[in-house]
Amino acid sequence: MRGYIIRRLFESALILLGITLVTFILLYLVPADPARQIAGRSATAETVQNIRDQLGLNDPFFVQYARYLGNLFQGDMGRSYLQRAEVSELIAARLPASLMLMVAAIVTELIMGLTIGVVAALRRNKFADHSLMIFSFVSISAPQFVIGILLLYVFAVQLGWFPIGGYGTPAHFVLPAVTLGFLGAGWYSRMMRSSMIDVLAQDFVRTARAKGLSKGRIILRHVMPNAILPIIAMIGIDIGLFMSGIVVVESVFGWPGIGQLAWQAIQRVDIPVIMGVTMVSATAIVMGNLLADLVAPLIDPRIKTK
Amino acid sequence: MKKLLYAGIAGIALSATGAIAQVDQDAPTGGSMIVTYKDDVATLDPAIGYDWQNWSMIKSLFDGLMGYEPGTTTLRLELADSHDISDDGLVHTFTLKDGIKFHNGREITAEDVKYSLERVTNPETRSPGAGFFGMIEGFEDWNAGEGEGLSGVKVIDDKTVEITLNRPDATFGHVMALNFASVVPQEAVEASGEDFGREPVGSGAYKLADWTPGQQVVFERFEDYHRAGVPKLDQITFEIGLEPTVALLRMQQGQADIPGDGIPPAQFLQVMNDPEQADNVVEGGQLHTGYITLNTQMEPFDDKAVRQAVNMAINKDRIVRIINGRAVPANQPLPPTMPGYAEDYEGYAFDPEKAKQMLADAGYPDGFSTELYVMNVDPNPRIAQAIQQDLSAIGIDAEIRNLAQANVIAAGGEPDQAPMIWSGGMAWIADFPDPSNFYGPILGCGGAVQGGWNWAWYCNEELDARAAEADSMTDPDQAEARIDAWRQIYLDVMEDAPWVPVFNEQRFTYTSDRLAGDDSLFVDPVHIPVNYDYVYSTEAQ
Repeated sequence: MRGYIIRRLFESALILLGITLVTFILLYLVPADPARQIAGRSATAETVQNIRDQLGLNDPFFVQYARYLGNLFQGDMGRSYLQRAEVSELIAARLPASLMLMVAAIVTELIMGLTIGVVAALRRNKFADHSLMIFSFVSISAPQFVIGILLLYVFAVQLGWFPIGGYGTPAHFVLPAVTLGFLGAGWYSRMMRSSMIDVLAQDFVRTARAKGLSKGRIILRHVMPNAILPIIAMIGIDIGLFMSGIVVVESVFGWPGIGQLAWQAIQRVDIPVIMGVTMVSATAIVMGNLLADLVAPLIDPRIKTK
Repeated sequence: MKKLLYAGIAGIALSATGAIAQVDQDAPTGGSMIVTYKDDVATLDPAIGYDWQNWSMIKSLFDGLMGYEPGTTTLRLELADSHDISDDGLVHTFTLKDGIKFHNGREITAEDVKYSLERVTNPETRSPGAGFFGMIEGFEDWNAGEGEGLSGVKVIDDKTVEITLNRPDATFGHVMALNFASVVPQEAVEASGEDFGREPVGSGAYKLADWTPGQQVVFERFEDYHRAGVPKLDQITFEIGLEPTVALLRMQQGQADIPGDGIPPAQFLQVMNDPEQADNVVEGGQLHTGYITLNTQMEPFDDKAVRQAVNMAINKDRIVRIINGRAVPANQPLPPTMPGYAEDYEGYAFDPEKAKQMLADAGYPDGFSTELYVMNVDPNPRIAQAIQQDLSAIGIDAEIRNLAQANVIAAGGEPDQAPMIWSGGMAWIADFPDPSNFYGPILGCGGAVQGGWNWAWYCNEELDARAAEADSMTDPDQAEARIDAWRQIYLDVMEDAPWVPVFNEQRFTYTSDRLAGDDSLFVDPVHIPVNYDYVYSTEAQ
């Protein structure tokens, strides 16, 4: 097991290195000159050139990349071109908000998804099953931007139950978390439903029933723990999905997280910030996958690690 | 030596002619307002901030020697008590007012003025505004990283600073009113280093009280401000991260006072058709022109007749309708609110038949194919489609290249890449209210360089010479002749037709019932969205 973990950690580091290279190449190839963005429209050609020199943008690609990596290994992600602040500080100021939103969204999607999945499986092919599956289909397909605005309009503006965007109190969490968790809830409800149906058909369920256990006890103690296994493995992978989702959700609800930071940096070709946010989210995704792989054998011994 | 008279001094004479907005001096002070924005504030450093969001925020935190009468384009003395100019127009002497203080309590001296000008022009500051100070003697060397500062800026005594120019320049007063010329305290800049933009210390009507990234920026009244009774409000809260659509919902619930990003296009008609909301919208002009550039160095736009034909082909009224009437059709580079605008100029009338004939005469009876570059944010792609249809009506087949802003700007800065660009989203908004500001970078030879902003690559050396001559007319007696000269320059530009001027955007400032003040303060030409220092609260006592 220890050998497996070390190997996977090594692989993860390689993947992250690859991501820095690919992102750096892409940003290098973008036909937009960050120096001109900084210099503004009244700048002379010399001013732009001077800025390029100062930022080292005139160096060959590999020199720039090596310098970036060198700094990165020392924990220095550079300074934002536009805000002039340390990228690490900008991200540190915003990461907690994103992480808290993510946790809230995971809780939301699990509660919604599992409940719907269990109910649908138990009412298989009945009206409740069909309508819940249609609901989950909608939640998978609806764009998060639309859901976010809709929820805001109904629950914040019309009903006044929640604040209209912003950050700060527990009430602020509800709508963004539901919006972000909506998509996952759809997936989980479908997975939970089919997983439940599989487990319900297993021999040990029949045995339990033959023993005379109550239906509720069978479901809670025997069926659900088995049906939930594949879902736990999914949560790690989900982090990748969230990373793309928070860009949209944070912008709709004015959530001060890294998604908002990334969106603004991209619009203004603020390369150090784009690199920084990409690195942080890539690390989160890689770690999420790693965690999912490590946890899977613990909860299901049939999955072997070599 | 002449003493320049500004509105503040000659106030009585000018206000009698109605040149000065009726700023209510007796308006109550107190109260607060909430302004919403989608994007976080990039920086509040006056040497660096150069977007329309932080521009007027910086104006409230900092002051320079010069400023503007609220709600107008009229220059006035700000930190300066007097402004004298030598007979040859080269030496400007400013004396400072007495007892003016920075937010940190220290008194402002002439040394601070020199330090601030040298900071903004220092290449290490990487200021986007450095180029504005090119007329100050010694700029070239200092901006190239040589020497010990700006040789043209001399401290005479604690209260007097003398600035020598290398050419007479009629725009110098406006340049000294730019944010880039704000006076900053050296000790605070050095203490904060690169973070000065997050910890700004100025001498403006407000001081920074709080900045929580991604959430809010809070301004508080500066009690020692050099103008009594200003600012009117005790506090301004800028709430960050609110989509324009969400901001509008907040407005309708009475939870915000100004949506800083404006009324979103999709909701514009809804707001304007509701009498109650429309009543809180102030409409005004903007120093803005939206235009199509025609690359004068690329075939077939190197032919003047082709460019003139395109000018006649565009149905500007229809484009204005596409954006719900939030603009007025344009026929020349200058916007109507800019001095020098030619009222009686008729421009190229919309006439597709004649345009087609002109194309045929120029050797393109079957038209030609070309490309139209456009920024990919609504409503610009829709406007580009309208332009495309207008062009196809005279036989020009224009393929639309829909790109991110930075990519369109990059394409325009290459001599042979973008035959046509619709400027929407990147169009020129004047840095200061003077006609010269619409020429140099966007129509002059100096801007027709790689990475420049003259996307038409238009270079008329005769006009460049006339422009330089006009700007050397510094004598106040020549002010009118100078404006006339500029007017003629733009009319001659139109004869060459490097642009199709399409429209001038109007401003629609939406405010809550809690705010009051003269309408001109809500569409102030140099403060967007409003003049933060002078609007007042109806809830104040």
